[in-house]
Amino acid sequence: MRPFTYERPTDAASAVALLGDAGPAARYLGGGTNLVDLMKLGVESPDVLVDVTRLPHDRIEELDGGGLRIGAAVRNSDLAADRRVREAYPVLAQSVLAGASGQLRNMATVGGNLLQRTRCAYFTDVTKACNKREGGTGCPARAGHHRNHAILGHSEACVATHPSDMAVALAALGATVHVEGHDGPRTIPMPGLHRLPGDEPQRDTELRPGELVTAVELPALELARRSAYRKVRERASFAFALVSVAAALDVRDGVVEDCRIALGAVAHVPWRALRTEEALRGRPATEAAFGEAADAELAAADPLPENAFKVPLARRVIVRTLEELSR
Amino acid sequence: MTIAPSRVVGAPVNRIEGRLKVTGEARYAYETQVDGVAYAAIVGSTIAKGTIRDVHADEALAVPGVLAVLWEGNAPRVADDAEFDLAVLQTRRVAYRGQIVAAVVADSFEVARDAARLVRVEYDAEQHEVVLREDDPKLYAPDKVNPAYDTDTQQGDPDAALEDSQVVHAATYATPAYHNNPMEPHAALAVWDGGDLTLHDSNQGPAMAHTLIAKVLGLEPERLRIISEHVGGGFGSKGLPRPTAVLAALAALAVGRPVKVAATRHEMFALTGYRTPTIQRLQLGADGDGRLQAIVHDVVEQSSTVKEFAEQTAVATRMMYASPTRRTTHRLARLDVPTPSWMRAPGECPGMYALESAMDELAIACGIDPIELRIRNEPETDPETGMPFSSRNLVACLREGARLFGWETRDHAPGPRLQGRSYVGTGVAGSTYPARRRPSSALVREEDDGSYVVRIAASDIGTGSRTVLTQIAADALDVPLERVRVDIGDSALPFASLAGGSMGTASWGTAIVGACRKLRAQGGREAFFDSGDEIEAQEPMARHAFGAQFSEVHVDADTGEVTVSRMLGVFAVGRVMNAKTARSQFLGGMTMGLSMALHEESVMDAEFGDYLNSDLAGYHVAAHADVHDIEAVWIDEVDDALNPMGAKGIGEISIVGTAASIANAVHNATGVRIRDLPITPDRLLI
Repeated sequence: MRPFTYERPTDAASAVALLGDAGPAARYLGGGTNLVDLMKLGVESPDVLVDVTRLPHDRIEELDGGGLRIGAAVRNSDLAADRRVREAYPVLAQSVLAGASGQLRNMATVGGNLLQRTRCAYFTDVTKACNKREGGTGCPARAGHHRNHAILGHSEACVATHPSDMAVALAALGATVHVEGHDGPRTIPMPGLHRLPGDEPQRDTELRPGELVTAVELPALELARRSAYRKVRERASFAFALVSVAAALDVRDGVVEDCRIALGAVAHVPWRALRTEEALRGRPATEAAFGEAADAELAAADPLPENAFKVPLARRVIVRTLEELSR
Repeated sequence: MTIAPSRVVGAPVNRIEGRLKVTGEARYAYETQVDGVAYAAIVGSTIAKGTIRDVHADEALAVPGVLAVLWEGNAPRVADDAEFDLAVLQTRRVAYRGQIVAAVVADSFEVARDAARLVRVEYDAEQHEVVLREDDPKLYAPDKVNPAYDTDTQQGDPDAALEDSQVVHAATYATPAYHNNPMEPHAALAVWDGGDLTLHDSNQGPAMAHTLIAKVLGLEPERLRIISEHVGGGFGSKGLPRPTAVLAALAALAVGRPVKVAATRHEMFALTGYRTPTIQRLQLGADGDGRLQAIVHDVVEQSSTVKEFAEQTAVATRMMYASPTRRTTHRLARLDVPTPSWMRAPGECPGMYALESAMDELAIACGIDPIELRIRNEPETDPETGMPFSSRNLVACLREGARLFGWETRDHAPGPRLQGRSYVGTGVAGSTYPARRRPSSALVREEDDGSYVVRIAASDIGTGSRTVLTQIAADALDVPLERVRVDIGDSALPFASLAGGSMGTASWGTAIVGACRKLRAQGGREAFFDSGDEIEAQEPMARHAFGAQFSEVHVDADTGEVTVSRMLGVFAVGRVMNAKTARSQFLGGMTMGLSMALHEESVMDAEFGDYLNSDLAGYHVAAHADVHDIEAVWIDEVDDALNPMGAKGIGEISIVGTAASIANAVHNATGVRIRDLPITPDRLLI
């Protein structure tokens, strides 16, 4: 890998300043489980790494009025093991445990998990064209292999998916991402952090240059206590989702009072299924209603030849997950 | 002719080097410490076919710490007759994507790898062909299939017999390309001292590697030493020398310093062998009772344009079941792909997936228990040669497995069979692997303190062979285990065959027992034995291990995810040398079979001509979480016609048949027959 300088500030302002001074070829470093891989592959070649794991962002705190504030440097393992998370937001704990492997979760941070890059094999091979890696070079996945690529919201330029499990749960929960930049702090509601590829797939997120994720806030959300994450995968550990569903459901007297649903591995972003949610509210909690609600979202699906299976698979997993939550 | 009742052979002795390995003290090739070492990084071709026009190294050479950029234009020469894959940097021809076209040597691995990206290679690219097709007009019959089997065999008129059969099952089965993926990558450290070369190399047999690498480098044998004390897995891919070893030697010569080379995981997908994809047409004809009248097994597979490697996919079909007529064929397409090679039971593993799936389908067509079908087709002698079997206990394995697994309650009707939210079913398949041995030699010496040292250029690639050989020597010398030390992993030791083809223990054990017996018979302090004559004098017989694989699967009714809830392997392998390491090998092989059934697939990218999923996140090998209730047992089998230990090799048999038993269980559970692997969830959305 290319030589780089390494900085390890202890407060957010210094981190933001260091990165700003270093220019566009600087990166924040969390657990390194994705960035370091990409550096070895030559996909990322930063001049400066600003290690943000020593910033005071490693705690999970209860918010006044309910909800949790999760520091961006909290390790995935610690997040999944936190009793408050497991009780009040089981979908989040389950999603984190469904990702990667034990060793990776011990290293990976919340901020880094949100900002990880796609695992599209064309993106990670610098000897091949990729619009996400290098705009305007083309997308070999569309005509090549795209079994695990997007069925929703993709563009001519890019059919990659966002690989995170955790982000799918955060999208369903409507978490708020706190960032710090040159112009001060601001917040971005999930799933709005990530963006669809359009004709600019190099940009994964709405973050401005130099902005640092400092925390994620979970709203007080009673229905999240009855929530679940279901990931369909080809291997029981250390495999990215074929399709995943994060769902929270509140059923009263057999009628859906409220729900939150997001899909993973179907798009460039964690995909909040607002049409499904809308179709369900006030409807009876039956398998037929769950199926119709899934169809409402998946009607927009535009699969490629190798991943057409994701459409029926997503429908089945939505129905099954909601059915189990409604029991 | 077997050795006397033993004290330690058979016992569950812990690995002798286990402590060294878990504490990190065991040194693997790349970890060997020498002064002044430099590192080479590979520049792989980015075209699959064509010619190198020029290599521009200026930018790479300008990086501080870079010592040299080697390519065809400036690399030291190797022997003219070296095979293409080992003649590293000797030609401008590119035969597959990822071929080594240049290498950067630098003070550190990081600098070498960084500078490797700055080497600019100009090519004249040609259109490549990389996808195996059943109707490829270039298909031809190779002279032999690996290692020296007849390409085609015919017995009677199977076509006519198929016409006359009451029940016919005909179907095409396919397996994808597979990569061996040992944990330790292929790595070497080359140290020149004048004209003498010491190569610390990760391989499956230092003696074999020594012979071949000396030839490639044009070295007198006594000027080369290969040390491979600890090896982190091979699965066949380290059986033959790899370009990494040659590159280390050439680079060290070029820069005048010791040089280390390790293939990256990505590079291993082009440079270190893999299993060919196969397309297999199976035709079985039977009478109304399920007695086979015809077996036809036609195989299509691939090799590179630079080497003919023809996997012996149909050979097990020649000896597995009785039938009055039979035909087996192998056809090969030479494509612009890396050269395939040995991988995890070459031949038997993919071939028995097809045959044992077809037998399951035939059992259903005949309406009989698949175990009973196999018992009805048990041959008295080797069907192809008429030779007697030294021992054949397939039926005993099937019956013992049926008892242990609870087979008698099985409903043989195909699914779907829904229990809760899963389809549940069970499957069985037979297993077999040849029991061979190769000439080897060993030296045993009594030390002054009354202990013994055995010297043999054997190899322990993680199987426990160092431990097993120590047990064998202790019994042959009739002394406690603690008084014997076995030195292996060095070409300076007496010549030994490689760890491959499930032949290690049988080959090396024969030499060690020979040397120990000689020492005890003739007295003195030292004895040397070469098993060549003993093996040559061996009576011709059909020598094979057998087994039976049982699986139970739960298929998620909503998602199609397959969980193998129970696996049982029952094996007849002669005498088991070490109950602990043998069980580990069986369970490991069965897990690899599970992995083959459900996970593994090297995906060829037709546009670029390389295997796309070239890392362990993309190429799925079964994880611990995929393995649930798994058990391996063996039956008491006495076979005096094998070797002094009475042992059959156990390295490979337990992967054979596993995938078929799982595919058969999936069919029993769901009613869906998968004839091309892997069985991924999307195939089972029923």
